[in-house]
Parts: sequence; C-alpha cells; structure tokens
Amino acid sequence: MDIVTELLSGSKLAIARAITAVENEYDDAVNIMQKIYPHTGKCYIIGITGPPGAGKSTLTDKLTKEYRSRGKTVGIIAVDPSSPFSGGAILGDRIRMNELTMDDGVFIRSMATRGSLGGMSRKTAEVVKILDAAGKDIVIVETVGVGQSEVDIVKTADTTLVVLVPGMGDDIQAIKAGILEIGDVFAINKADREGVERLNLEIEMMLDLDQGENTWRPKVMRTVASQNQGVVELVDAIEEHAAHMIQSGLIQRRRFERTRTEILAMLDEAINIYLMKKVAGSKFEKLLAEVNQRQNDPYSAVKAILAEVLK
Amino acid sequence: MEKRIRVLVAKPGLDGHDRGAKVVARALRDAGFEVIYTGIRLTPEQIAEAALQEDVNVVALSLLSGAHNTLFPRIAALLKQKGLTDILTIGGGVIPDSDIPGLKAAGIAEVFTPGTPTTKIIEYIKANVK
Repeated sequence: MDIVTELLSGSKLAIARAITAVENEYDDAVNIMQKIYPHTGKCYIIGITGPPGAGKSTLTDKLTKEYRSRGKTVGIIAVDPSSPFSGGAILGDRIRMNELTMDDGVFIRSMATRGSLGGMSRKTAEVVKILDAAGKDIVIVETVGVGQSEVDIVKTADTTLVVLVPGMGDDIQAIKAGILEIGDVFAINKADREGVERLNLEIEMMLDLDQGENTWRPKVMRTVASQNQGVVELVDAIEEHAAHMIQSGLIQRRRFERTRTEILAMLDEAINIYLMKKVAGSKFEKLLAEVNQRQNDPYSAVKAILAEVLK
Repeated sequence: MEKRIRVLVAKPGLDGHDRGAKVVARALRDAGFEVIYTGIRLTPEQIAEAALQEDVNVVALSLLSGAHNTLFPRIAALLKQKGLTDILTIGGGVIPDSDIPGLKAAGIAEVFTPGTPTTKIIEYIKANVK
C-alpha cells in the first residue's frame, strides 16, 4: 500500500512519515498533499495560544481527555520555537501529554517553528490537513508561548482559545491590540491564584468595548488545568462557539478566507522562487554594485528588474 | 527546507535524575538538532510510540537506576516491532562497561558513560544517523 492509502486508513506510521515529508519539503510532499486534499475539511480545528508557562500544554492534555470521553478522536500539533542561532529546538510539550501517548485515538506531533515568527511553523496548516485526512475529529494546534502579536493561529483555527494567567500586567495590557483580540474563548488558567477576579473583570471590560456586528461574545472561563478543574465547562464553551460558528454560517466564511490566504501564500512563494531564478545572475549583480556605489538607486533598480522579468 | 535531525531524548523507568538528559538535550539543540524531550518515568511502550509519532531519526535513552539491561533492550525490540528499523538508538547513564556488549547486541548502537563530552555524542549522531 502506498503512504496515502495508509494515511487515509489512519496508519500512525504513514501519518508520521507524511508530516516529515511536508515539513522537510521532500519531493513527494506535494503529491501526498494533492491526493489527501479531497479528504480534508472534516475536522474541527481548535487553536490554543497564550504566554509561555500559562499552561497551554497541560490544558491541551486535559481538553483532549475530555474530548476522548465524549467519543472524539484528537490530533495534536504542539509547536515550540527553533533557536535563531543554531536552528535547533527543544520540543517539550509532550512532557505534559505522556498519558495520551498510548491512546490509539490520539496522535501528537511536536513541531519547531523553523524561523517562522507568527507563533506556528510555516507548515502547520498542512499538518492539520494530514491529521484531518487521517480521520481525526478534532485537531488542536498549540502555538509557541506567545507575546503580544503572534496571531497567525487565528487564520488556521475554527475556534481560538487564549489561555491567560493572573498577575501579568495592568489593565492597559488588555486593551492593546494583539492576542487579546483573537480569542473566541478565554481560559484564565491557574485560577486558584491571586488576581483572578481582577483579570476576569479586565477581560470582560475589554470585551464590553468591542464594537461592530459581532454575533459572538467571547466566553471567559476559569480553569486549574493541573487539577482538571473547569475543563468540562471549558470544552462546553468551545463547543458552544463551534455550534455558533456552524449555525451562523461563519465557519464557511472563515474557511473560505483561509483557502484564499493559503492559495495566495503558495502563489507568493511560487512567484518568489520563479523571480529569484530569473533575477539571479550577472545582470543582477551588476545592478547591485551600481546601487551600492550610488551610481543607481534601489527604486530604479527594482523597476528595471521588473521590466526585464515581466516582459 | 533543510532537513533537521530529530532526536527523542527519553528517560525510561523509575528514575527521576534528569540533569544528564537535560544537558544532552541542550547540547543537541545547540548542535542544530530538534530535540523532543518527553520527561521522566516513561514506559518503554510510551517511548517507542512517541518515537513513531514524532518520526525521529534518533532515540537517546538516559538511565541511572541500574535497570538498563531490562529497559534498553525492551525499547529496541518495540521500535523494531513497529517497523522503525532506521532509527539510531543510543543510551547513556551509569552503565558498567561489562554491560555494554550485551546492550549493543540487543540493538543499542552506542552507550555513553559518565564523563563523555557532549561533542562526542553529537559527532557520533552526525556520523551514524540514517
């Protein structure tokens, strides 16, 4: 059997190998993705994001167990950062999920960002499709520990869960742009700590200021993931958002936009590779030298290159 | 995109001494490897399954409890059983020299004992990874 047939039947080895092929851009990666694409679009995608140490991995572990008890199969993509210096990475999210390893209804894959800055790897969306095609009902994407602006997850997920912990700053933090804008559901984790009431109030106040035609008011939930507190309620809140997305038709709109973004990104990459191939060469080096010596300016150089390449 | 060597660093059995494993994990990171660190007290089954899902090139086992003669061969056998014959499996920890031939016969490619410079482990992996 070939890898695609095995993958579609749920073989873990085939899933693992397909992910590697996509991540490393092996020659057969595009072929695999083309063949599995018709089998995608069936899973529900949950993004989990939040600052480092907020409890994303522990919460992912507990959410998965709750989804399993509700009869759903789950794929997990856990992203951790690559070193900007060595390119290496320590992917440590599995530490919190070891109990899930032996569950046949769960597949966990750790990914390094490999230079991508939006909180995920450039290939995360494709790995979602692999897990989707392999029959997982739910795919959870756990981003790297984020700061304020790593919001790429919102383009990938159907429901975005933002995990926060008490004691991280004053209320102006809550009205800044960035990750607080992308939550469909908020989880205040480590809710047995001091400051939980205040954080809860601040998030609600921030949500009060939302304008426009939002039909969904993000839910603010409290959890103590390490003790499995509030997890059932959190899954209920995610499910409520999912139901809203489906009933309102918003999910089609979000997925349509996702398709647009994906195709444009792929086109962008392909054009870039094509252009670089065309541009490179002695003519380009000559222009570069001219600009460097102030005999030409970069604006005219770009114009000249474009005129040459696009004729 | 460049292929990255992926290494599962794992501690099987009842042994909480993870300093050595963490030092090795850090050194491998600095050598440009992607290290999946799974923490302490794992069963051989969990380690083999994690190696499969993560599609790693190397499984690096650390054990200081004395149970290496039982646990290392068990993991090597499980990897083989899952069809993961191209994984390079190595071990380290407080392991008597007299135990090493037996471990190698059981499928552990190399054993690194206390005092081994991390550079030696990195060089070994680069030279032998498939």
